[in-house]
Amino acid sequence: MLEGWVILAVAALYLGGLFGIAYWGDRRAAAGRSLIANPWVYALSAAVYCTAWTFYGSVGRATTSGIGFLPIYLGPTLAAALWFVLLRKIVRISKKERITSIADFIAARYGKSTSLGVLVTVGAIVGVVPYLALQLKAVASSFLVLWQAASESSYPFEQTSLLVAAVLALFAILFGTRSLDLTEQHEGLVLAIAFESVIKLVAFLAVGAWVTFGLYDGFGDLFARAAALPEASKLMTYSGSWGEWIWLNFIAMMAILFLPRQFQVSVVENVDEGHLRTSAWLFPLYLLVINIFVLPIAFAGLLHFGQGAVDADTFVLALPLALGHEVLALFVFLGGLSAATGMVIVETVALSTLVSNDLVLPILLRRGERREYPRVLLFTRRIAICALLALAHLYVLFTGTRSLVSIGLISFAAVSQFAPAMLGGIFWKGGTRHGAMVGLVGGLVVWAYTLPLPTLVSSGWLPPGYLESGPFGLGFLRPYALFGLEGLDPISHAMFWSLLVNLGAYVAVSSATRPSDLERRQARRFVDVFELDPGQGAEPSLWRGDTPLDEVRDLLERFLGPERTEKALAAWAESKGIDLRGRVSADAELVDYAEKLLAGTTGAASARVALASVAREQKLGVGEVLYLLDETSKVIATSRQLEEKSVQLEAATRELQGANERLRELDRLKDDFLSTMAHELRTPLTSIRAFAEILHDHPQLEEVQRTEYLRIIAKENERLSRLINQLLDLAKVEAAGSDWNFALCELGEIALEALASTSQLAAERGIACEQAIEPAPALRLDRDRLMQVLLNLLSNAIKFCPPAGGRLRVGLAARGPGVRLVVEDNGPGVAPEEREAIFEKFHQVALPVAGRTHGTGLGLPICRRIVERHGGTIHVEESPLGGARFVVDLEPSDG
Amino acid sequence: MDEKAAEKAKVLVVDDEPNIVLSLEFLLRQAGFEVEVARDGPAALEAVEKFRPALVLLDVMLPGLDGYEVLQALRGRREKEGLKVILLTARGREADRLKGLDLGADLYFTKPFSTRDLVAAVKDCLGG
Repeated sequence: MLEGWVILAVAALYLGGLFGIAYWGDRRAAAGRSLIANPWVYALSAAVYCTAWTFYGSVGRATTSGIGFLPIYLGPTLAAALWFVLLRKIVRISKKERITSIADFIAARYGKSTSLGVLVTVGAIVGVVPYLALQLKAVASSFLVLWQAASESSYPFEQTSLLVAAVLALFAILFGTRSLDLTEQHEGLVLAIAFESVIKLVAFLAVGAWVTFGLYDGFGDLFARAAALPEASKLMTYSGSWGEWIWLNFIAMMAILFLPRQFQVSVVENVDEGHLRTSAWLFPLYLLVINIFVLPIAFAGLLHFGQGAVDADTFVLALPLALGHEVLALFVFLGGLSAATGMVIVETVALSTLVSNDLVLPILLRRGERREYPRVLLFTRRIAICALLALAHLYVLFTGTRSLVSIGLISFAAVSQFAPAMLGGIFWKGGTRHGAMVGLVGGLVVWAYTLPLPTLVSSGWLPPGYLESGPFGLGFLRPYALFGLEGLDPISHAMFWSLLVNLGAYVAVSSATRPSDLERRQARRFVDVFELDPGQGAEPSLWRGDTPLDEVRDLLERFLGPERTEKALAAWAESKGIDLRGRVSADAELVDYAEKLLAGTTGAASARVALASVAREQKLGVGEVLYLLDETSKVIATSRQLEEKSVQLEAATRELQGANERLRELDRLKDDFLSTMAHELRTPLTSIRAFAEILHDHPQLEEVQRTEYLRIIAKENERLSRLINQLLDLAKVEAAGSDWNFALCELGEIALEALASTSQLAAERGIACEQAIEPAPALRLDRDRLMQVLLNLLSNAIKFCPPAGGRLRVGLAARGPGVRLVVEDNGPGVAPEEREAIFEKFHQVALPVAGRTHGTGLGLPICRRIVERHGGTIHVEESPLGGARFVVDLEPSDG
Repeated sequence: MDEKAAEKAKVLVVDDEPNIVLSLEFLLRQAGFEVEVARDGPAALEAVEKFRPALVLLDVMLPGLDGYEVLQALRGRREKEGLKVILLTARGREADRLKGLDLGADLYFTKPFSTRDLVAAVKDCLGG
């Protein structure tokens, strides 16, 4: 008959034995004959993944969702396939950088950032406390099931939970923080954990085999009976959502890598990368075996107890108890206890390291307090373990009766938030400290809002309306349907939003921020860990080489103790072939070594802070900076910029040269113009002066001749004033913004008026005038100026008409929205090569009939200026009449 | 000096401005010269061949060949036969004047010029 004291005694005996194993492991390690240098021990220690949740909770979950419990083990199996890529890289980096925890890893990657270490620590604690609570709950309830069966008396659950918490705290302290020797590895602990993994596996297989082959006649019999039971048969097909299935696989994959205890046993406690090879198949095999009997036990429980009579989470224990197999029940209890204690011990030890190294130590170092750090750290870790278990107990009290699995999943989801910063950190050099910070904070906030917060509703801490209509009635903030995303189970929903925010912020902020030199250096050391030649060691130090050796020694002694410090320094001196005695200052290499040494105890971020108190950092050594710049790419970018600049300069120079050329050309044109104008003015003046002098000097001239000469003088005078008028005209037309009077008017009207005023001259010369003025749209025109154009074109036409049979035609018609005006004659026309030149100033064409008045050579240039000022064009072509045909095209304009 | 027609010195006037030609013709005839007229460059060279003037009054801005070109074409006669050339031009720039003198013109008159000075210069050239 099972007695209460027997249960307690067996439990105590078991824990004592466990402690003995750990103690033995530590002794062997100290003696240099390590027991854990064995791939099997490594793989079994990784099975700390299987906690009380696995031991009791899997069966519980299987009774409600059939194979819905499987993703938690499929995920890690998939992860194991990637171990040689992923975990090996993490392990290699951690060895090189002497990483002590997951917070340390992330902090070290992003420039040994203390704040990031704090953030990860807080995230890990908040995320993992529910998981610890789960263990307490499982142990407490399994104990109560057993106790009730033994003593037939009940015991309050709350007190049991508190008791379990106290006992586990004590053991965690004993296992993890026994000695002052604060190295990152705990060989005894690992050995004990591996042992526990064996116990829980054997216990679970024992009860599974008993159920399947003892109670029933093998799998076939059991499954056949279950199929007859409605509530059991429906479990044989998966009824949950596949989205949830995939998410569960994903978070389990992340959990196996990033849960603090998994990081502890798989990375920190790893002594040989080669062990990964064995672990990659042995660990999945372990998971497979421990799950074989989950469904059989669940079915047997349902067949035996029916639905709801007994908490399905306790089927594993309740079945042997109910059927009188007390020894087996006790063994099962031990298996559950080992699953829970293993998890609690490793998890709290790992978390306490986070707390001491990443929370407390930075504060102490900042304050500059010179204490005996090992004692302080040890004390901190012990307090942290107690505090964590106290928190876990409180969580048990507050959340009440949630199932084991749902609590565990909340923790897994929290730990998955480390994924972007971790995976990005080892594969993407572009990830920055700010990106990791913002991503983590965002992801954890969304996680907290969508998963743990709603659990406070069921325990009555928050009103139920909080879930149904959102806080303050804000529907889009409903924790299970954020921004209206409905129809997902809570885990998928929370993972979707938190990872979206986390990853999005990580990538976006990383891309938008510039990493510091140290971040860049760490990024390279992490991402390229396999490429960097370990023997080389040529990487320049970030420390300056003039640190007093005594201070470095003093600092190391404060953390490691005098003996270890002396040993470590001597070993280093020997490996470098130098004698440290008589040395005053430590060179950069030695400071680097000291930093690594310290990092093993304090974590990378704190080690850096600690050393910064004695050594100074190298600021902007040219060689160093160049080295740290992602050299080639940066230099190439700079030289490309330089190239661009010089191309731009060349272009600017060419432009300037062009402008200069144009200026010179303009100068030359102006010179030519002045010279030509002088010629044009002087020519009539010459005639006038000559004839005036002739008249003066030859008074005896005949009257006829005298009159003729006077007529010439008058005519030349006229020519001169015409020239001057046209010059003024041209100047006016060319001056920008001179007084133009635009108004809507019809060009046809102007043409008719111009024809009327020249008709007499034409008639005198016997020229036949034709006109073809069609209706055309009115345009905004300067009437007087266009009249000037028309008169000019008409008088040219008259001038060039043959002496007999001259013909002149004026045509006007709409052309699109504009107007086309044509003035043509049957004169000699304009030779094709002259057709552009006639619009240049002072270009003159030989007159067909001697004696007709010379043009000034300015009429057509003025016409062109006027037409162009209206936005139109003027050109000359061959007329069907045989002579010249001037064409003016005008378009409607806004001006 | 201008008593006998046979002994009259010959002057060729080259200009494309009819009124200028008219006034120069009158003035030179009054001064006792035999005058021939050409209105462009090619015509001027032709007239020099036929008319064999002792002096050419040569406008610079001419159709066909300009005055400078005509001046260059006459270089042989100027050197062998002592043909005199007086350039007349409406271009007043110093550079134009120097160019004309460089090319071998005896004198250079800028339009508008004093008719008395011009006639005196012609007489001077031919008399000296």
